[in-house]
Amino acid sequence: MSTAPRPATPMARQILEHRSLLQRAYALPGEVFFPLLFVLLGGLAATVGIGFLVVAGYLDGRWYDIRDLGNGTSHFRYWAQQQGLPPSVAYLTTALLGGIGILSLVGGWLVIGSWVERRLIAKFQIRQGPNRNGLFGLLQPIADALKLIQKEVLIPVGADRLLFFLPPILIFLPAMLGWAPIPWAAKMSYVDMNVGVVYAIAISSLGVLAVFLAGWSSNNHYALLGAMRTVAMMVSYEIPISLSLLGVVLFTGSLQLSQIVVWQQTYHIWMVILLPFAAFAFLFASTAEINRTPNDIGEAESEIVAGFHTEYSGMKAGLFLAVELGNAILVGAMMSTVFFGGYSFFGLETWIPGYLILATKIGAVYFVFVWLRGTLPRFRLDQLMSFAWKFLIPLSIIQLLVVSVESLVIAQSDLPGLATVGGSVVVNLVLTYFGVRAWANAIGYAPNEMASPPIMTNGVGGLRAAEQIRAGR
Amino acid sequence: MESPGIIIAFWVLAAVTVGGCLMVLVARNLLHALVFLVLAFLGMAGLFVTLSADFIAVAQILIYAGSIAVLMVFAIMLTPLAARDNANSLYLLPALAAGLGIAGLVSVVAVITPWSELKGDALGQSDPVTTVSAIGDLLLGRYVLPFEVASILLFFALLGAIVLVHERRGPREGS
Repeated sequence: MSTAPRPATPMARQILEHRSLLQRAYALPGEVFFPLLFVLLGGLAATVGIGFLVVAGYLDGRWYDIRDLGNGTSHFRYWAQQQGLPPSVAYLTTALLGGIGILSLVGGWLVIGSWVERRLIAKFQIRQGPNRNGLFGLLQPIADALKLIQKEVLIPVGADRLLFFLPPILIFLPAMLGWAPIPWAAKMSYVDMNVGVVYAIAISSLGVLAVFLAGWSSNNHYALLGAMRTVAMMVSYEIPISLSLLGVVLFTGSLQLSQIVVWQQTYHIWMVILLPFAAFAFLFASTAEINRTPNDIGEAESEIVAGFHTEYSGMKAGLFLAVELGNAILVGAMMSTVFFGGYSFFGLETWIPGYLILATKIGAVYFVFVWLRGTLPRFRLDQLMSFAWKFLIPLSIIQLLVVSVESLVIAQSDLPGLATVGGSVVVNLVLTYFGVRAWANAIGYAPNEMASPPIMTNGVGGLRAAEQIRAGR
Repeated sequence: MESPGIIIAFWVLAAVTVGGCLMVLVARNLLHALVFLVLAFLGMAGLFVTLSADFIAVAQILIYAGSIAVLMVFAIMLTPLAARDNANSLYLLPALAAGLGIAGLVSVVAVITPWSELKGDALGQSDPVTTVSAIGDLLLGRYVLPFEVASILLFFALLGAIVLVHERRGPREGS
């Protein structure tokens, strides 16, 4: 029985050789270290200067106030009116600018996003992810796209040629149009429409048709199975999404997304605290709606090849894969606008541009999506359906009844907002906890009282400790 | 109807809607017809937008382009041979008669209705900021009875569908 330590794995070597950022900074040679320090201090000084300008109010409402790009466009419209240009010219220009903004946001994300997702998933699975092409593997998506474009685009013999051609284009409609009502700052949304919430639900329901047409026109059993699964799931999960958004709308009294953000700003509270169950229902149902991995039975690789896009090859399949990434950040934007305060962060939005705050929140929600994907196994079709119809929908309806009473109390009573909104928070939290437990017990989900921790890694004090033990330290 | 943008939008949307409806009639494949029908629905939603009826426009997309289209997809899928064979129909003459009758009725109503015609500033002032709250007030105020009757009707339709497709596990059928 040998006592010699087992050879270190690559990860253990990484842990042993890992130096902190500060250590690495000190180790830099002088001719790099001092210019870097200079740049850092200069940036700090510039930040302080800008902070002084903001506090003194020199920026408020000027066209160069980049905390809200809406300032620039409204000043441009005013200027165009002064010059005697017809209003259509000014509106057309601003509409084009906004459209280019949305297009470049989504397009840029489609380039970067697959790299981000693969790197994050790799972190969850304790491996490196793509790191060969370019710095940190950043050129990997471009290499993938080049490969996909070079591939031959096959059309099956029995396929319906028109309907086979349409879906990769159609499926991008909701992923693009859904960005229109999202407010990026107080005056900065592409179309600040009065019916923003209903618009978002309506636009998301258009994706169903594209998925179905893709599956049907392929003339392939697996594709049709995947399409039917996806359509059934999307139709079912639209109901919890609508019900959870309806709860939010009852509180805010407006279907306008910017008004929902303003309501959360006024009461200094995020909807997720006020309506925790609605936020959970929205998160889970939207993963089903956009076909992400815990709920992607429509394209379950282990069962039905690739689901509704089995027969698509080359860049057409690439478009189907890309639209998932676009949908993920769109849902993240909806989620952070409705439930996480949108562009506001308890007063921080006067210092930092609102769109940066919203982008950070979108990134956080997207991280949760990747986390779910890296953690949960794929659910079965019947599990998903019964979860929607027997769990999410009844509880959402009960929540809607409670919320309508609470919103009446908030609107009608003369008590301060702290009492009414705070009381609603307490009532909702308690009701959610006991309601979810009671309902889960009643239909047999039985939440585990004393879940045992996974002993293999937790027993030795975590993954890094396990690696160090293996490395013989 | 003064600025060129709204006129261009009207003609483009009208062309999309009417062209989509025509293609629904011409298409020999039922699913092609369905796609063109969705196109026509979307064109009509656009026309509602140009009329500042934002809620109706969004409801048009949500209900017709989203839900009714999926319902029709399921109907086509559950009908044998319907999808790839739409050759002929026994009901040609009754369908023509019914279509002409409905078209005549709609045009008569459109002609005899006293539309309020506004121009210029009066048109701009009559434009409501939002139609949502007005529709909500009317639905739960003046027209609450029809609203409730419709909801009860839909509820019974839902129940009926469940009862029709419910599997009865009688003692005779065994396990």
